[in-house]
Amino acid sequence: MIFTIAYKELKSMFASPLAWVVLAFVQGFLANIFLDQVNTFMIVQAQLARTPEAPGLTELAVVPMFGAAQMVLLMSIPLLTMRLISEEKRNQTMAMLVSAPISMTQIIVGKFIAMVFFLGFILGLITLMAFSLLAGGSIDIGLVVTNLLGLLLLGMTFSAIGIFISCLTTHPVVAAVLTLAVFLGFWVIGLAASNPDSWLNFVSILKRFEGFMDGYIALADVMFFVISTAVFIGLSIRKLDSERLSA
Amino acid sequence: MDTTNSTNTLIASNLTRLYGPNVAAKDVSINLKKGEILGLLGPNGAGKSTTMKMITGNLAPTEGSVHICGIDLIDKPLEAKRRLGYLPEIPPVYKELRVDEYLRLAAKLHRVPKRTIEKSVTAAKEKTGLMQMSKRLVGSLSKGYQQRVGIAQAIIHEPEVVILDEPTVGLDPNQIIEIRSLIKNLGKAHSVILSTHILPEVEAICDRVQILHKGSVVFNDAIEGLRQFRGGKSVQVSFRTPPTESLLSSVISGSKITPVRDGVFRVSGLESGQDPTDQIVELSVKNGWGLYELVGAQASVEEVFVELTNENDVTNNDNG
Repeated sequence: MIFTIAYKELKSMFASPLAWVVLAFVQGFLANIFLDQVNTFMIVQAQLARTPEAPGLTELAVVPMFGAAQMVLLMSIPLLTMRLISEEKRNQTMAMLVSAPISMTQIIVGKFIAMVFFLGFILGLITLMAFSLLAGGSIDIGLVVTNLLGLLLLGMTFSAIGIFISCLTTHPVVAAVLTLAVFLGFWVIGLAASNPDSWLNFVSILKRFEGFMDGYIALADVMFFVISTAVFIGLSIRKLDSERLSA
Repeated sequence: MDTTNSTNTLIASNLTRLYGPNVAAKDVSINLKKGEILGLLGPNGAGKSTTMKMITGNLAPTEGSVHICGIDLIDKPLEAKRRLGYLPEIPPVYKELRVDEYLRLAAKLHRVPKRTIEKSVTAAKEKTGLMQMSKRLVGSLSKGYQQRVGIAQAIIHEPEVVILDEPTVGLDPNQIIEIRSLIKNLGKAHSVILSTHILPEVEAICDRVQILHKGSVVFNDAIEGLRQFRGGKSVQVSFRTPPTESLLSSVISGSKITPVRDGVFRVSGLESGQDPTDQIVELSVKNGWGLYELVGAQASVEEVFVELTNENDVTNNDNG
């Protein structure tokens, strides 16, 4: 049942131009940054060769691309999650799902899984770009994998928040703007959290990603992402259930 | 009532729903027998949709319970919902899918076994006349066809109970006739509840009718009961040289005369069984009133509602 919902959702996403536009935007933007970084590396390559302990191709070209990818996700996920629930409510298609023998949990988790698949698609394209360097050099595959894991966890948390906000309204655009506002809020918190002991540092989603960028997987960070994802999924289910009771 | 098998497929008892201080439905009870078509009739805002949402699990009742084929909708929602097909007021269609894709999705959501999905889709399309539309995008279909897709979605899993919320709203007369005969056919194999605010529609398709007003059931009887209740209540007469209103009311005893327009009167307030037709024709011939039209007007929806709810705030004289 969960996969029926996920399949339907992916089908709807790819039936609309939005998914394709987002994919094109993500790919175009990141490819540009990536090429730029590779170009810089080529220029400074001679100097680097003489420096001991110098950063390698992965650090100089691949990691900045993943850094940019987090901002790209921050901007594009609200566009992808905005319609997941709000449009069902707006078009009254929610009634069909609710009167079918499936639970709210299956509906929300199904939609979340569709988002994870879509994220997988974006990450897959990014990874292919990174791995294209193998044609002419060597890259630190461990570091790439760590970055991918971080980006996936970040995207999952963003998606869960986006789905929850989509439950709150019947207007997809309102959901998108609200979600973007919340994400930008996290970004601002990240900028403000200069003191590593500050509580701001603890709640900043983007700061949590920085460890992964350095190739460093902290269990605390992984748990932070997993738990916040679970919390927002749980809240979404609660929200839909309560609508039956009070709407 | 006129069914041989008297098993109840749906029992809703004492459903009450409050929206804050507003009562949307109060003590609504519905017993639906196998193979029966029940009409829920009521003016806008009477609580029809609220009641249907409660029966289908889209809205939790403040009080009361719903059993579908003996299964409690609140205790075992998934089991109960398997036996339920629901068409909301607005057909719940995904416009970006093709008709086949959409119906396949509906079949999967309603847990039709994988092997029989294609068969179910074809059967539902045949019943609703959608065979030619299989490859069309739902969004590109006309309102009438989208409505059919909505009905197909509700019956694809052969549910015991089919619930249709205003299935003929927004359709053209031809489509209305087709949808009505489709619903009549559905009633042979499934139990159907349909809501409407059109009285003739109920008379045309339903076996039984419940009338809702301000959230409460004010009438609950077989369709013959409604016919008796409606029929023979008033007559509309037209004269070329009309008598005065007072003269007319004095000769037809116990009636209320309302002028409709020049020379046209409505004779109402008659007891059932009392037929003033002969009397009017005789008087017209004798006095040269020039009677040229006499219609046995049935009570309009408004009149039925007025009668049932004892309210006098309705002035519409339209004959149903």
